Amino acid sequence: MTAIDKVTRDLWQVIAAIDETPPGIVQVTLLLDQQLAFTRDAALRPVVWRRNGEQIGDVVDFEAIGERLPVIEGYGYIWTSFGNPPAELFPIPEYAEADRKNMSCGSIGLHVSAPRAVENFLDMGHFPYVHTDILGAEPHTEVKEYDVEVSEERDEVLATRCRFFQPRAALSATEGQEVEYVYRVPHPFCSVLYKSCPEDDTRRDVIAIFLQPMTEERCRAHLLQSMVDSVSTITELRRFQQTIFGQDKPILENQYPKRLPLDPRSETPIRADKSAIAYRRWLSQKGITYGVIPQAG
Amino acid sequence: MALSVSDPTWFPIASSADLPLRHVYHGQLLGRELAVWRADDGNVNVWENRCLHRGVRLSIGVNEGAELKCQYHGWRYANRSAGCTYIPAHPADAPARRITNKTYPAVEAFGLVWSAGNEDVPFAPFPGADSGDWFALRPMPLNAPAEAVMAALLGYAFQPATALDAPAADMQAEPLPGFAVRLTAHAGAERQAAIFFVQPVDAARSVIRGLLDTTPADRLAVLRHHNERLDKLRTRLEREAARQPAPAPLQPSFDKVSVELSTMPEIAIPRGTTLNVVVKRKWTTADGIIGFELAGIDDNHLPTFQPGAHIDVHLPNGLIRQYSITNGPGELLSYVIGVKQENAGKGGSKVLAETVREGDVLAISEPRNNFPLRRDATRTVLLAGGIGITPLLSMARFLDKSSLPYELHYFVRSGEHVAFREQLDLLVGKVIIHTGLPPDAVGTTIATTLGAHSRAQHVYVCGPGPMLETVRNTAAGLGWPEEAVHFEYFKNDKVIDASSTFEVELARSAMTLQIPSGKTILEVMRDNGLIVPSSCEQGACGTCLTTVMEGEVDHQDVYLNESEKRSNTCMMTCVSRARSARLVLDI
Repeated sequence: MTAIDKVTRDLWQVIAAIDETPPGIVQVTLLLDQQLAFTRDAALRPVVWRRNGEQIGDVVDFEAIGERLPVIEGYGYIWTSFGNPPAELFPIPEYAEADRKNMSCGSIGLHVSAPRAVENFLDMGHFPYVHTDILGAEPHTEVKEYDVEVSEERDEVLATRCRFFQPRAALSATEGQEVEYVYRVPHPFCSVLYKSCPEDDTRRDVIAIFLQPMTEERCRAHLLQSMVDSVSTITELRRFQQTIFGQDKPILENQYPKRLPLDPRSETPIRADKSAIAYRRWLSQKGITYGVIPQAG
Repeated sequence: MALSVSDPTWFPIASSADLPLRHVYHGQLLGRELAVWRADDGNVNVWENRCLHRGVRLSIGVNEGAELKCQYHGWRYANRSAGCTYIPAHPADAPARRITNKTYPAVEAFGLVWSAGNEDVPFAPFPGADSGDWFALRPMPLNAPAEAVMAALLGYAFQPATALDAPAADMQAEPLPGFAVRLTAHAGAERQAAIFFVQPVDAARSVIRGLLDTTPADRLAVLRHHNERLDKLRTRLEREAARQPAPAPLQPSFDKVSVELSTMPEIAIPRGTTLNVVVKRKWTTADGIIGFELAGIDDNHLPTFQPGAHIDVHLPNGLIRQYSITNGPGELLSYVIGVKQENAGKGGSKVLAETVREGDVLAISEPRNNFPLRRDATRTVLLAGGIGITPLLSMARFLDKSSLPYELHYFVRSGEHVAFREQLDLLVGKVIIHTGLPPDAVGTTIATTLGAHSRAQHVYVCGPGPMLETVRNTAAGLGWPEEAVHFEYFKNDKVIDASSTFEVELARSAMTLQIPSGKTILEVMRDNGLIVPSSCEQGACGTCLTTVMEGEVDHQDVYLNESEKRSNTCMMTCVSRARSARLVLDI
């Protein structure tokens, strides 16, 4: 088993969607190379503990559970930690707006490290090639200049003024348009994007990806959408996001090495990769070693 | 013989039949994954299976015939050199840095593709290779270490192709250097030899690749015969291997990219080294235009170029002149340039046309690109006048190969003035030749051709000065924005503003010079006894390129492209000056 760095150990880590966790029944998963069992109790609060022979589908004997791991609920998901997590999760204030459609969009296993998946989420250059005719289409391939900063106050990477020409940016979009994005990386394995909303140009749709690092080279991607869309059904919105993610999966699983290399000389960045470079530096400075190839020396 | 990632031995890694048109084959040798692909010109490329940008396997990329395109971000890599020719995220930039994927040596022979982990030893065919009409068997992959497979192959028995049903043949085995064995089967009067090679895929995985010394009459029956027997061998070897502790996988490492590639922004100082080329062919391609084909020495491929790129040619009389490369994608065995035969003056072109002959060796620079082609247009208009066809021919051939929409308008005085007609004829339906138009008709033709501008349309023009002006004015009149109109200068026709006065500090020479108005930095350096190289002294050739360490440059040259100028890291001392009071140069 790989050593887990202290920063990663103290983070909140996502493990499952709340409404997909039946109360009183054992669910199992893998987090940071460790087997976990979890369920919800009679008050529907999540309970997470280290797995000790339980099988998925067993009826939970709450008395028999030994040490319980810390738990927090957030954005429709159950989060836990092996260390001393902060009092709260990172904020996504839009989630609380009453008229939004908030939904989990499934949990998808990926044979790649969590940081590789975050980096892909931040990347616009692949839209015409991987999400052809949805998030981008040749020949419109340009990634225009955008701004990146690491906010010290909030300890997150922030990319703003990101623009890309998209043939069908959202389910409710009917024609091509230049779409503006803002990306946040508020957690080493989570990212949130804000994009122009086709229905209301004063507001922005929110899509977030929460990566569950199962091993250094495997993760599960849990997706959240918080949409301003009065027309589409939840099923349609979920299907759209799953289509997008289904297109990313085979590319991500063909990336080598599977852990994210933090040495600047391991790959070749271009200006369009400014946010990825900031993300890699931020991980490096934090001292994250799980799921990455740290810079030597 | 223990396996090592640094083993220089050549192994077969694929069958020729694994490389059909426009396919990319996923191979592996000594733990290294390989992307193996055949270009339309027949050349077989064996590359590290990893795009240098984000590590995605190139074996899932697209073989476009002359370039391999990565699936993730569409980066393109050229046949032969594996040099990057285009980065779609920045369509207006020429990739300034030399981004080149790792390649491995490749030879196609006897129906197999051969490669090695490095280039330490040249390819040598197996002993007796020239005595057979070799026929490749189907490969047999197996989960067993190469050494064990090799040992078992010594005892492999088969029937000659002409005696498949005869009593069991007598076998003779003769081990060959490397992981190979020559086996001979005798069945009565019938005899057949075969060579079997073991390709070490990784420490615990191998592929058996066999060659028969004759092509059998009934190929299928013979292939089946060997498949059945090799399959039995595989079953036995895999069972034995499963009982042994698995050997540790080989650990090949990825080479690091250069510091230059790893840093941003991506401005490289274009200080080209020169290379020697031989004039392979010199011919009159049109009335007054001479074609030169310049090939690498020793059949080595030439450096990667992008459409629109030019080379500096160092002439026997000491002059340096720029000529555009006319080649299509992936053509790196030679560069073809066109030279206008000038009757008057001492011009460099006159020297090339009159004194340089086939077989002569010339020094050229690596290709530079001040005229990059965007490949993100919905319509591309190429306008050539006379000798200006050269960069546009290259652009047209790239666009044509990728099936991108374009049209090439070629303005000439008469049919005899059409250069490179054999290449133009291949661009079926895309080339419009305008012959003998009076100047005003050229203007109206250009206006009709351009039409009103709409999103993602671009025009590229190369030709005589007046034509360039006509295109710029016409395009502007029709509402084409400046960034959609692309052209290139080979001569600096700008009026140089030499009015400023400033101070120059030469860091390495520990000198401080005052530059008065009316004098160039180059002249003042010479007045102070410094020997500095220069050639055209009009900011066009790049010879006096100098690194800038401090200060703001007033660029007046036509050599550096816009991004290089913006980087403020280099300048031409023959025409450029300072905007700041002081410049610090690395001289």
